[in-house]
Amino acid sequence: MPGTTLTKPEASSSQQYPASNGANKKTKGVSYSKWGYFFIAPFFLAFAVFSLVPLISTFYNSFFENYWVGLTQVGPRFVGLQNYSTLFSDGDLAAYAGNTAIIWLMGFLPQIIFSLLLAVWFTDLRLHLRAAGFFKTVIYLPNLIMAAAFSMLFFTLFSDSGPVNSILLSMGMESPYRFLANVWSTRGLVALMNFLMWYGNTTILLMAAILGIDTALFEAAEIDGATAFESFRKITLPLIRPILVYVLITSLIGGIQMFDVPQILTNGNGNPNRTSLTLVMYLNKHLFSENVGMAGAVSVLLFVVSAVLSVIVYFSIREKKQPKGGAGK
Amino acid sequence: MKDNAARENLGVLRLRRGIAYLVLLFLTFLSLFAFYILFINATRSHPDIQKGFSFFPGASLGANFTNLMHNANLPVLSGLMNSLLVASLSAVFATYFSTMTAFGIHAYRFRLNQAAFSCILMVMMVPTQVTALGFVRLMASMGFKDSFIPLTVPAIASPVVFFFMIQYMKSSLPLEVIEAARIDGAGEFYAFNRIVLPMMKPAIAVQAIFTFVSSWNNYFLPALILDSKKKLTMPILIAQLRSADFMKFDMGQVYLLIALAIFPVVIVYLCLSKFIVRGVALGSVKG
Amino acid sequence: MKSFQKATAALLASLMLVSSAGCGSNTTPASSAAPAGSSAPAANTDSAKTLRIYGWNTEFQDRFNTYFKDAGKLPEGINVEWVITPNENNAYQNKLDADLKAQDSAADKIDIFLIEADYALKYVDSDYTLDVKGDVGLTDDDLKDQYQYTKDIATDSNGKLKAVSWQATPGLFAYRRSIAKDILGSDDPAKVQQALSDWDKFNAVAKTAADKGYKMLSGYDDSYRTFANNITSPWVDANDTIHIDPIMMKWVDQTKEFTDKNYNNKTSLWAPEWGADQGPNGKVFGFFYSTWGINFTLLGNSLATPVAEGGKAEVGNGVYGDYAVCQGPANYYWGGSWICGAKGSDNVDLVRDVMKTLTCDAATMKKITEDTEDFTNNQTAMGELAKSDYKSAFLGGQNHIALFAEAAPKINMKNISKYDQGMTEEFQKAFKDYFDGNVTKDQALDNFYKAIIEKYPNLKRAS
Repeated sequence: MPGTTLTKPEASSSQQYPASNGANKKTKGVSYSKWGYFFIAPFFLAFAVFSLVPLISTFYNSFFENYWVGLTQVGPRFVGLQNYSTLFSDGDLAAYAGNTAIIWLMGFLPQIIFSLLLAVWFTDLRLHLRAAGFFKTVIYLPNLIMAAAFSMLFFTLFSDSGPVNSILLSMGMESPYRFLANVWSTRGLVALMNFLMWYGNTTILLMAAILGIDTALFEAAEIDGATAFESFRKITLPLIRPILVYVLITSLIGGIQMFDVPQILTNGNGNPNRTSLTLVMYLNKHLFSENVGMAGAVSVLLFVVSAVLSVIVYFSIREKKQPKGGAGK
Repeated sequence: MKDNAARENLGVLRLRRGIAYLVLLFLTFLSLFAFYILFINATRSHPDIQKGFSFFPGASLGANFTNLMHNANLPVLSGLMNSLLVASLSAVFATYFSTMTAFGIHAYRFRLNQAAFSCILMVMMVPTQVTALGFVRLMASMGFKDSFIPLTVPAIASPVVFFFMIQYMKSSLPLEVIEAARIDGAGEFYAFNRIVLPMMKPAIAVQAIFTFVSSWNNYFLPALILDSKKKLTMPILIAQLRSADFMKFDMGQVYLLIALAIFPVVIVYLCLSKFIVRGVALGSVKG
Repeated sequence: MKSFQKATAALLASLMLVSSAGCGSNTTPASSAAPAGSSAPAANTDSAKTLRIYGWNTEFQDRFNTYFKDAGKLPEGINVEWVITPNENNAYQNKLDADLKAQDSAADKIDIFLIEADYALKYVDSDYTLDVKGDVGLTDDDLKDQYQYTKDIATDSNGKLKAVSWQATPGLFAYRRSIAKDILGSDDPAKVQQALSDWDKFNAVAKTAADKGYKMLSGYDDSYRTFANNITSPWVDANDTIHIDPIMMKWVDQTKEFTDKNYNNKTSLWAPEWGADQGPNGKVFGFFYSTWGINFTLLGNSLATPVAEGGKAEVGNGVYGDYAVCQGPANYYWGGSWICGAKGSDNVDLVRDVMKTLTCDAATMKKITEDTEDFTNNQTAMGELAKSDYKSAFLGGQNHIALFAEAAPKINMKNISKYDQGMTEEFQKAFKDYFDGNVTKDQALDNFYKAIIEKYPNLKRAS
């Protein structure tokens, strides 16, 4: 499991560090292992103080009826699983989960494709792109704008009399296309914004990962006559796998928690007809009345879904364990 | 033989380069467009913006700037300083302690190693929205209202940064380095600070940017925690302008303030993005 | 490498700075918490010297500073502390609620907070507000000049007045004179009013306007408040059951008809195209606007060259001077802020002085109107202005104060509920889908109920 054995894919287990066999580690590990507690102590201390209490109370609250009507509190009254049954009996939860998944995928697919392409291009010494510094800077910029401001801008851009429509009209369209009154254009805009805000981020992560690869490997491949695609597939991809897993899992979690952009673009309503209402926007609706019971139940569900998905992703994409961890090499 | 291969590949290389430039130009356009409009709108007056969109700058940049600076309720300068302080501290806390935690779990096989790792991953999956109100109440009861502590110190436990660091260590931090340091007689923390941290620089720089930006742009929590005017951060000031009363409601100023808020982040980003490249170029053990 | 070390050093230095600052700020609440902790009714001296005011923008702050503080009415040694939290994401109410609930144990008590009409009852009908007459000490005589509707909104279920406002915000219909001439043959406010005095006539004019290539209204929500202010029973009855007043469905049907027949421009309130419709290139006959909207928002939007770019607010710049106002088909109001005294305030006398000066004193209020063109909540003062030779150049020489003064007493706000903010938001949002043609009327209704019960889990849909 993570961090215990240094399972490197074949290509990298060059002679530089051949000693990653378990036996060696174990003897060393015994005398130093207690140090691990010191290193993780601050994290868990901060976590206990600032996150654990709210987290536990979230779980706890999901079994209570507890909300505010104006300034009058209703509850807390223990109701068992009633909040959960309300969630499921409405039948809308699946629809919101579907919205979230669709919008996330619409943004994530182009994001990972473009980011991989860019990261490879930027780090490819043979390609030697001019002005790479400029491009590297530019791609990350959209992430610097506050999501709220970015969403506001898109709202203006794609409004009925906005610039996009005036261009469409001047190109011969008869009446303005009402982007935010149509299901797929609304979802598309949210996905586009998510893509623009995060592809630079992903590119940087992947670049950092690729830059961490020993350049000698690429040089060797080049001497052997490998094409760019071959060295990408055989060297880059396997070696950046841990970071790819990271990107996928964090993006998945980010996707499940998608909120700001659709919230502001659709004025919190997920219109048209709640087709762009994401799970966290739904959760947010319960926060208006500080309905910690229902909000807690939604969070617990989100938590379970994220956990299950992440575990699946983690184990399916994780580097395949070599028999006895490459130590045989 | 090497020359041959190079010649054969030259055509392919040119083609790839051409495609790369095309894609990059397209993405550059998409990415810069929002900025362009932001800056255009910062130069326009409120009624002008209300009337619709323009590709050309207006003549109100000076007026917007003067109005912004003369707004006694809008301490832009101290807002920038506060945001800078909060965001920098968050970035330092998040990256330093998460790297430390990741190192602890990556390099040592203690009994609760697995449990600790799983526990952190679980924390990562809790949606922040739901715990926010409970968190604010907790902070109030601890006497941390109107203080930067609830906005910075919790960054010590940043599961996402931790997760990145441990993934990065897996691909780029051979444990032999530590063993070598031990043989040289270095203490564990000395080895971490002097050997591991420098090797993690690219990853730290990347996560420092991300943490800095997300803290810089955070509105929801600071709005509930901070009270006094001299402690407000930029997003609160922007929100304050947006909810200004009908006589002062001025989108021109809002856009200008957003533009001003973005500048420092761009600068920080430019500094760090150079550093990522240089940090790697300097070479770690592998070079 | 070096630069990184420098940067880390700088950050560490700032880290120490903040930790010491943190300590500094920690000591203050700690030391002042001690006397508060003794829970004796004796006033906390620090808090009693501080007038702590909560608001979401600086409108009241400006009034307070100009007409109370600078007028020399603030006693010496009193420190005014403003806590301004913008409304975005409901942040203002979240913060206010959290601090009100902690009022008893707070070192620094909230003395005054501001509320808006749409959610006024949430605070008015709670124990967190002081009774303006019983607790704060204003008399019926003090309050006699305030418009009745501003008092209705702030009266709790036991009939106690809990908040007062310095402004009244009656609404009118602002129309384009040139378009009125084209479709009605006259731009005279009295004649236009005759043609628009009820909804049937209004709809008929809309048809004429459309035939001549104009739009009657700009967006979906333009006429919302003229209906919503005239509901015949509150949104929610005593059993927490939601009742959609028939008049609200009239709004739905009218707006749907206007949309389908192209009588409106399908815009939304505050959207750029809505603002553009008010300008020189607009083809829209008129807008429902209340006091503040006409002199500020509409005026600004009407100019071709904005003031900030050297344009002058005068005839010839855009459609300045081409607007006029009439009463329109229904009485309504839009906007306004109310002042509440917070329960537990240790400055009740000062709260009374503030309320009295800013909301009851005819001289001060007349001056506010003269200085800022804000329509103030004083029937005597406004009556005087209405009878004066006051003329608005923007409205082509009309004295609109007279119309406002006439409209304000007719507003009837007996049917408000503490759910109005949510009802307004969700009703408009849900039916936007219907107007856009994305859902049927029944689906829109379902979506409305769904959204409103998410907001107010205690409410029930009428079966």
